[in-house]
Amino acid sequence: MEAAMGLMRRMPPRLSETTLSALLSLLPHHSSDLLSQVDLPLQVLSDVDSGKKFILCEYNRDADSYRSPWSNKYHPPLEDAPYPSSKLRQLEIEANDIFTVYCDQYYEGGISSVYMWEDDHECFVACFLIKKDGSRTGQGRRGYLEEGTWDAIHVIEVGPEEEITRYCLTSTVMLSLTTDDVSSGTFSLSGSIRRQMNMNLPVADGHLSNMGKMIEEMEGKLRNSLDQVYFGKTREMVCTLRPPNEVVQLRLPSS
Amino acid sequence: MAEEEPELTDEQKKGIAKWFLINAPAGEIQYVAKDLKAVLKDDEVYNEAAEEAFRIYNKSHLISLKMPCGFGDVLVTSYGELHDNEYLDPKTTQVAIVDHLKQVCKGVRPATDEELPSPYIEEYRYALEAELQKYVAEAFPKGSCSVYCTNGKDVEEPGSDFELVAVISSARNSPHNFCNGSWRAVWNIEFKDDIQILELKGKWKVGAHYFEEGNVQLDAKRECRDSAMFQGPDETATAVVHLIRIHENEYMASLEGSYLDLSDNTFKMPTSGIPGNAALLNTHVCNAGTSEETSGYSDLISMAQDFAI
Repeated sequence: MEAAMGLMRRMPPRLSETTLSALLSLLPHHSSDLLSQVDLPLQVLSDVDSGKKFILCEYNRDADSYRSPWSNKYHPPLEDAPYPSSKLRQLEIEANDIFTVYCDQYYEGGISSVYMWEDDHECFVACFLIKKDGSRTGQGRRGYLEEGTWDAIHVIEVGPEEEITRYCLTSTVMLSLTTDDVSSGTFSLSGSIRRQMNMNLPVADGHLSNMGKMIEEMEGKLRNSLDQVYFGKTREMVCTLRPPNEVVQLRLPSS
Repeated sequence: MAEEEPELTDEQKKGIAKWFLINAPAGEIQYVAKDLKAVLKDDEVYNEAAEEAFRIYNKSHLISLKMPCGFGDVLVTSYGELHDNEYLDPKTTQVAIVDHLKQVCKGVRPATDEELPSPYIEEYRYALEAELQKYVAEAFPKGSCSVYCTNGKDVEEPGSDFELVAVISSARNSPHNFCNGSWRAVWNIEFKDDIQILELKGKWKVGAHYFEEGNVQLDAKRECRDSAMFQGPDETATAVVHLIRIHENEYMASLEGSYLDLSDNTFKMPTSGIPGNAALLNTHVCNAGTSEETSGYSDLISMAQDFAI
C-alpha cells in the first residue's frame, strides 16, 4: 500500500485517474483502502428534484449510489441506505446553505456540497467539498485559462460534544491549470496538497461557525502554499535549469 | 463494487508496468521502479517491462551519461542510437555501450567509418556543435548538447539535401529538496540545397516536480519554426545558433509570463470582496434561522464581513 501511495505521489497529477485505475487493477484486494486514501478530481451529478448539482465522493456514496445534500435522496435510488439522523440532517442542510454563500463569495460560483454522518461515541464527521471550474468553457469570469479546476475536500471529525470540543480537519486541494496557445505552446501546472489542523473550540459558538472558521483559515493557507511554495518552486526549478536572459547578461549580485 | 475482477494477464500487467515507468517524472524512474516492483509482485513481468520501458524513458528524457576513460558525457537519444544499447557521441566519435536499467555507460568503443558522416557533412556538423556548445555553456548552468546527422550523412559534396539535429538537455535533480526538473530541446535543421535555405524546427519539453507533502508538476511544451541562408559551415553555425538563442530566450520569457499570469489571474480568484456581501449573508441568515445555531451565524456574518474587504 505504501508503494502504491508512493506511486500516486510521483506520477503526473494530470494522469491521476489512470494511475488510480492501474493501481486498482494491480491491487484489487486493496481497492477500499485505495479509494478512501486517494483523492481524484471531483465528479458531479444533478439532483432529480431541484436539478441542482451536487458533488460525489466516498462520504455520500453507498454501493453505486450517491446521496444528494439537497433532496437527501440517493441517485440512483437505493434501499436500506444509510442516512444521517434528523438532527444531523438539519445541521447538514444549514451547512449546505451557508457553504453555498461562502463559495459564491470566494469563488464567484462553483459547486459546493456538505455531507455529515454520525461516527461512534457521539462524534460526527462533516465533509465540505468545493468544485470550481474556471476554464474558458466553464464558469470562469476572468475567461483566461484553457482549463482550470480547483477541487477542495475538507473533512472534519468533530469529537464528543463537550464545553470545549475537538475538531480535526484534514484538507486536500487539487489544482489543475492549463494554457494552450499557438505562440507559447502548452503550459500545464497541476498538483495536490494535503494538510491537517486540529483545534479545540467552545461548542457554544456553534459547530458551523467553528468549522467555517477552520476551513476559511485552512483554505487561505493552502492557497498561499500552492502559490508560493509549489508553483513558486517549479518556477524556481525552471529558472535554475536555464536562468532568464537578463540574469545571464547582467549577472546581478544576488540580493 | 469490485467483487470478482478477472485476473490480469501477464501482457496486461506488463503494459501497466511499462506505462508507470515511461510516465515517471524526470529523474525519478528509479524511485518509481522500486514502488512498482512492490506493487506488481512479479519480477518476471517487471523485468520484461523494464527492459523496454527504461530504454524508451532514457531516450525521451535525453539523459546524459558519463563515459569512462575521460571521454566526457554522452547523450542517450534516438538520433544517436546505433543498436539497442549503443549510442554515438559525435563529439568524440566514441560509441557508448549503455545499461538502460542502471542508467550507466558500461563502456565505449570507437565508431566505425560507416557510422560516421562524410567529411563534407562533418564540417557542418562540427561547426554547429562547437558554436552550440558555447551557447549551452553560457545559457545553462548544467547543460549538455550534441549534433547528429540524421539524413544524408554520406553526402560528399554540395548538390544534395541533408539534415542535422541539435539536441540540448539539462536536468537538475534534488531529491533531498523534493524537487526535480528537466529542460529538453530538439532542433531539426533541414539543409535544402536547391533553394539554398535551411529550415529550422524547434521543439521543447520542460518539466518540474515538487513533492514535499504533496505532488505538483509543471509540464510545458512548445514548437517553433524559422529559416536561414544555406552558407558555409561556419557562417551557418553562427546563424543557426543565433536563431536558437533568440527563440530559447523568447520561450523562457513566455514561461515566466505564464507563471506571472497564473499568479495574478488564478490566485486572486477567491478573494473578490464585493461590499454587498454582508447584506446578502444577513438576508440569507434571517430566512434560514433554526434552533441553537443562531448565535453561530452572527459569528459567520462578522467573519464574512472581515474578509469581504
